[in-house]
Amino acid sequence: MSGETHEAVHRHPAPTGFIRKYIFSLDHKVIGIQYIMLALVAVLVGMTMSVLMRMNLSWPGTNWPILGTLFPGGAPDGMMTPEFYLSLVTMHGTIMVFFVLTTAPQGGFGNYFLPIQIGAEDMAFPVLNMLSFWVTLVGFIVILSAIFFSGADSTVGPIGGWTGYAPLSALPNAGPGQGMGMNLWIISIAIFCVGSLLGALNFITTLLNMRTRGMSLMRMPLTCWAWFTTAVLALLSFPVLLGGGILLLLDRLAGTSFFIPGGLYLSGILSGTDERFPLHTGGSPILWQHLFWFFGHPEVYIAILPGMGATSHILSTFARKPVFGYRAMVFAIFAIGLLGFFVWGHHMFISGMSPYSAMTFSILTLSIGVPSAVKTFNWLGTLWGGRIRFTTAMLFAIGFVSLFVAGGITGLVLGQTSLDLPMHDTYFVTAHFHLVMGVASIFGMFAATYFWFPKMFGRLMNESLGKFHFWITFIGVYCIFVPMHTMGIVGMPRRFAQFTEYEYLKTLHPLVVFVSIAAIATVLAQIVFYFNLLWSIFKGKRAGENPWDATTLEWTTASPPPHDNFAGHLPVVYRGPYEFAVPGAANDFVMQTEPEVILQAVGSGREGTSGNGHDGHRH
Amino acid sequence: MATTVTGTKTINKGKSPVGGPRFPGGNGGGSRGRNGHDGDMSHFESSANRYRIGMWVALAAILMMFTALTSAYIVRAASSNDWRPIAMPQILLLSTALIVASSGTLELARRKLKEAAEVSYHRWLLMTTALGVAFVGSQLLAWRQLVGQGVYVGSNPHSSFFYLLTATHGVHLLGGLIALTYLRLRTRRTERDGQALAKRHAVADAVTLYWHFMDGLWIYLFLLLFFWR
Repeated sequence: MSGETHEAVHRHPAPTGFIRKYIFSLDHKVIGIQYIMLALVAVLVGMTMSVLMRMNLSWPGTNWPILGTLFPGGAPDGMMTPEFYLSLVTMHGTIMVFFVLTTAPQGGFGNYFLPIQIGAEDMAFPVLNMLSFWVTLVGFIVILSAIFFSGADSTVGPIGGWTGYAPLSALPNAGPGQGMGMNLWIISIAIFCVGSLLGALNFITTLLNMRTRGMSLMRMPLTCWAWFTTAVLALLSFPVLLGGGILLLLDRLAGTSFFIPGGLYLSGILSGTDERFPLHTGGSPILWQHLFWFFGHPEVYIAILPGMGATSHILSTFARKPVFGYRAMVFAIFAIGLLGFFVWGHHMFISGMSPYSAMTFSILTLSIGVPSAVKTFNWLGTLWGGRIRFTTAMLFAIGFVSLFVAGGITGLVLGQTSLDLPMHDTYFVTAHFHLVMGVASIFGMFAATYFWFPKMFGRLMNESLGKFHFWITFIGVYCIFVPMHTMGIVGMPRRFAQFTEYEYLKTLHPLVVFVSIAAIATVLAQIVFYFNLLWSIFKGKRAGENPWDATTLEWTTASPPPHDNFAGHLPVVYRGPYEFAVPGAANDFVMQTEPEVILQAVGSGREGTSGNGHDGHRH
Repeated sequence: MATTVTGTKTINKGKSPVGGPRFPGGNGGGSRGRNGHDGDMSHFESSANRYRIGMWVALAAILMMFTALTSAYIVRAASSNDWRPIAMPQILLLSTALIVASSGTLELARRKLKEAAEVSYHRWLLMTTALGVAFVGSQLLAWRQLVGQGVYVGSNPHSSFFYLLTATHGVHLLGGLIALTYLRLRTRRTERDGQALAKRHAVADAVTLYWHFMDGLWIYLFLLLFFWR
């Protein structure tokens, strides 16, 4: 047919050279996989650091000869110094938040699947897309190098947590861990901001401009809504962090006083009386906290919203039911994103803010519970009465719901000023945000990996290994983080290298050891995941185009999709994304590309039962 | 003419998608222009729209950054009694005149492009670039004047913000100068192909938008630094 040859002429040729194809690729699919690989490397580094921290907490004073070899500065003779512990806290937090929780869900899966799910050939700006990955990679290399630039002899990296509070972080001579490592930490984050902004710009433009024919906004999969909202959050919050980072760097390098108050003593020297500590006056450390948390709170949603999108998508697919309350889900995503910009003050209740501001922030914070509950109940509603297929992806999606509830419920506790004041900076906070922001997001990404792996590599991941991985990880993370709530209520503070000096915490030691053992077991279970990932790329069972009987556009094309996603033939969309168990339809799923005509021809019995035990899903 | 490609379900191309947007707006369906069929101008236009949309999105991010710096400015000015405003270097008035004029010349250039008046388009672009370079030069002169008075970035909070805000704006403006140079280089190629022409108009619109934003941003910063008390 003439039409086909015409299209063939217009197809974009796939690049042939190795470098253009796999390294400096403009293909959003390759860039997505590059992001995922970056996250897989970064998460190994971050996990190793958490194991080192747990070892120091549970078995203080033990010699680990390997540590002495690896970090002669941080662990002389194999015994970790407190400074080394604190720089591990900093590096673990920064690497996990920025280079794992921000890269994999958005840069990785978003990059790969957003264009395919809306029926586009690629992102709107492929060159910017490539740049955003390489800029992010440079940021990662810089943050890794920060470990190796010791400020004082006993330190191996920046100390300041992932929040880098001023004035400690603003004064290069303030103590161990505030030297060159801290400069590199700030520079790395600034670079990361630029990379994320390029990505966000691309996501928003792609979604607004490149949807295929018939793909109206309310026909988009919830994953696309989640990636879009995440991109908007990143677009509006990262510039604020970038601005704050520039101010902080100027304080450190150019002698300004944005965040450094007057009258500070540093190692017995008053500011301005000695050349080692030049004069600083009038800066506001709280200003840094405001700028940081104005970014920091939306960042939490940047990490978890893509997981919510993937969970909705996967729950619907494997429950063989439409998402319960699609519109409500869309508005809940928006509501969470919007409210996320007005609650940053709840990280600063103990900063001495006015009780009236604190109350405002508190009420706004608690109101996030409303859209969160809408999402949770809609997930349960989606599962309700479904013919559930318990694949590994489904298990992880259900695990996401569980962890989101378990971690989110303590958000209601910490969101109240009266409860936050005693709990602040205890393990209760650590437990809360690890469950809801860290582990839940990671579960969303595990679910996404098991779900989309066959599309990305053309082969299925091993289900038995996957289920083993799920159960160990699921039980493991609860064993790690539930006891931490107890520790926090007893009053165990965060960011302490050891607790041997504190009489009232001694009774908790068995619990600390238990958490460490659970953490090590959970980390070891991830080896199974990595093995499964690598093994399945080469040896997994071959997947067809649509192994899960799913409905959205990525399942209409080959696995893996060709260079231009749809082989020169853009799909046309006729219906919403989750048409499962449609009464009267031939299959229990109807693809988005299926014209209405076919359905009407088949579906004479609209009022009858759908053949799966339900008769309720009308459209 | 039903075609099936790699599992895409059979579709009847003659029929419009039932239930979808009957006339997808300028935003919807940007890729269709590249699909071979439907080759009329509006589809090129909607595909090229990505440059305009992308620029608005980018400006939102830049705006957020300057909002953050403004809030830091206001908080810092109020948080202590060490705030001593520096005297305005008079050359900044010239800066302001230059950048306002450059906005005007660029707008003229953009209109000439729409009228397909290539030669005057090129001339006005050149004029805009010259004014932009002169603006950057005048900013550097202002810095030199202040340095001559012994006012450095760390001297007092107001001078810190002066150097920071002018430098941040200046870096963005240099990006604008690079974009203008790109537009000028592209005038050597003349495209008559519909899609290339639509893209060229869209890119020129996006660059103009950016430049106007930089103009407005400078006026805002100028007022903030020297007239906000």
